[in-house]
Amino acid sequence: MGVIYILITVSLFIAIIFLLAFIYAVKKGQYDDAVTPSIRMLFENKSTKNNQKPKSLDK
Amino acid sequence: MQQFYYDNKIVKNFLYATIFWGIIGMTVGLMLAFLFIFPSYMEGISWLSFGRLRPLHTNAVIFAFVGNAIFAGVYYSMQRLLKARMYSDLLSKINFWGWQLIIVSAAITLPLGYTSTKEYAELEWPIDIAITLVWVVFGINMIGTILKRRERHLYVAIWFYLATFVTIAVLHIFNSLALPVSGLKSYSVYAGVQDALVQWWYGHNAVAFFLTTPFLGLMYYFVPKAANRPVYSYKLSIVHFWSLIFIYIWAGPHHLLYSALPDWAQNLGVVFSIMLLMPSWGGMINGLLTLRGAWDKVRTDPVLKFMVVAITGYGMATFEGPLLSIKSINAIGHYTDWIIAHVHVGALAWNGFLTFGMIYWMVPRIFKTKLYSTKLANTHFWIGTLGIIMYALPMYVAGFTQALMWKEFNPDGTLVYGNFLETVSQIIPMYWMRAIGGSMYIVGAFIMLYNVVKTVKSGSKVEDEHAEAPALSRIKKGRLVGEGWHTWLERKPVQLTILATIAILIGGVVQIVPTIMVKSNIPTISSVKPYTPLELEGRDLYIREGCVGCHSQMIRPFRSEVARYGEYSKAGEFVYDHPFLWGSKRTGPDLHRIGGKYSDSWHLNHMTDPQSTSPGSIMPSYQWIIDDALDASDLERKMRVMVKLGVPYSEEEITNARAHMKEQALKIVDNLYQDPAFAESYEADKKEALANGESFVPMNEREIVALIAYLQRLGTDIKVKDTETE
Repeated sequence: MGVIYILITVSLFIAIIFLLAFIYAVKKGQYDDAVTPSIRMLFENKSTKNNQKPKSLDK
Repeated sequence: MQQFYYDNKIVKNFLYATIFWGIIGMTVGLMLAFLFIFPSYMEGISWLSFGRLRPLHTNAVIFAFVGNAIFAGVYYSMQRLLKARMYSDLLSKINFWGWQLIIVSAAITLPLGYTSTKEYAELEWPIDIAITLVWVVFGINMIGTILKRRERHLYVAIWFYLATFVTIAVLHIFNSLALPVSGLKSYSVYAGVQDALVQWWYGHNAVAFFLTTPFLGLMYYFVPKAANRPVYSYKLSIVHFWSLIFIYIWAGPHHLLYSALPDWAQNLGVVFSIMLLMPSWGGMINGLLTLRGAWDKVRTDPVLKFMVVAITGYGMATFEGPLLSIKSINAIGHYTDWIIAHVHVGALAWNGFLTFGMIYWMVPRIFKTKLYSTKLANTHFWIGTLGIIMYALPMYVAGFTQALMWKEFNPDGTLVYGNFLETVSQIIPMYWMRAIGGSMYIVGAFIMLYNVVKTVKSGSKVEDEHAEAPALSRIKKGRLVGEGWHTWLERKPVQLTILATIAILIGGVVQIVPTIMVKSNIPTISSVKPYTPLELEGRDLYIREGCVGCHSQMIRPFRSEVARYGEYSKAGEFVYDHPFLWGSKRTGPDLHRIGGKYSDSWHLNHMTDPQSTSPGSIMPSYQWIIDDALDASDLERKMRVMVKLGVPYSEEEITNARAHMKEQALKIVDNLYQDPAFAESYEADKKEALANGESFVPMNEREIVALIAYLQRLGTDIKVKDTETE
């Protein structure tokens, strides 16, 4: 069962990466606003160029 | 305002690949479903036999169908969420073509019998390396895009994509560690119990981080988009993400309950698996409630219909997962068709239907047109949904039925269904229904193909989509002056990824090498000996033919199993098993104690025509093993690789391997000669070949002899009484 030490190490390694990412995200203010991102993703930045303008698809 | 273009062509390519490989993967699945009913309809075609096609089906569906769907969805949503084109068009193309090349090589090597047998990681080592490289390319492309984004906030979907990338890379590398014997043959560096633990640590996380996390990311993008409603709770999605990725990684051992894996490791898996219910259902509820106030749209919009069933399927599968991880329930479900039902609810509903929903949503948008026929999409939805039900329900019934029959005792203490075949014949009608359900699902996929082709034809050429967004406010010069090296690193995607990969690899190598030498790889049962050369070759045939797809080699410590198969399996018996062959499904009986149970002639007749020795058997015939000469050209090299992995073959044993092999083979041929019918037909064949001047392979040089040697060896090491286990 020696392999369990590798697995624990690797799993903890991944977990630590995730933990650091989490701390980083919180510190960077990623989660300061938990409302607008969900709404903002609904809007597309429609091009103002006429020739490229796609037809409106949203019902 | 900055002007830029979204890369739609790469999305289109991945979408085409998704549909193409999806239909291939499902069709192979259907071929397998029919093999349960007509076991010999592919008689004699080795590369279309069940054992070889089964890994092709799972790999095609997971990595080709779902894999391409992930890439399509990620490349589409990521650019829009980050308001940036993908980091590099070249990397996008390498990602696409590299992945397709890997799939093609899988489609060629798996039917030819090149397999490691480790589930969902069957591909041999050169392809494993290619997967690693392409995956890293995908990661660099993704991280690069994140770093040049025009949107400060990383939407929750992006986090799911990132976790997918990191975890799959690490899991894949550690599970695929193997020592090559030749260009397409290798042995896992781990043995027995250890190999099993690593495999299922990987295997479960392949489900978690390939079939689940990326799709949750896609759900968080496409469901709100399709419903035109923000996700029910963004806060919940953040909690969902972090809790899910922290808990998922330890659930693997639930695939090994009641096996020879130490109890504490099993229990660890159980605890984490049950905890998983919370984040999984949090995500499922978040997805469904996104449709609050938009349920009227579900009535008319096929895209939303597909997504609702997908999320419901996710909820069902993730409820069932923790349930099946409870030991007493697992005792019933494991090895039966219940598990087949479980995974297909996940694959057909969650992955399949979310993919279909995405396709119906994206295709009209990137081709700037309307879907050719909503009616056909609805037809697809209904036939697909009915297909899932027709598939899953019979498999549940089959699973319960078979498990209960396996465990049924007479009052006098003997098994009611002592003949395994009775428990197979009983569920044949269920296999019929399953094949019908699967056919319906595929018909649905073809309807979609037609609909997509028509839509594409009516649409305009896919062009890079123009978009504009303000640049991300630059970090002021002043802030960079005292910048530490790590902060600098964080701004450099390529350097960061390369360094991180190197760090992971060094760490891996440093830890792996000592474990190859650790004590636990040294035999703990004195009577357990390495395989003889002939048995080793036979074992490789067992691996090549994918016998492990239908036969387990792990007798659980239940009265019903001990009564049926013999003494339960001990950890110490598998110390030379590179790779382990415990299996996960019993379409046929367990084989761990098959050694010595039947005569050599029985095995020969059984492999020639399984129905002759076991009337009603659904095992296909393996005529080519009977006829073909054994290719033992790598024998010495195989043994040397084994020595490197800790198997104690002496130098003398290796030099005398061929002589020993011949000796053992001739002994088996002698045994075969005791069957007069064999002696007669074999001599007749020989005479005929000589008369016609054809080359004739003597029996002792044929594959079947090696396979018989291996089968007769299985589980016999501890047949001596009062053995001492660790």
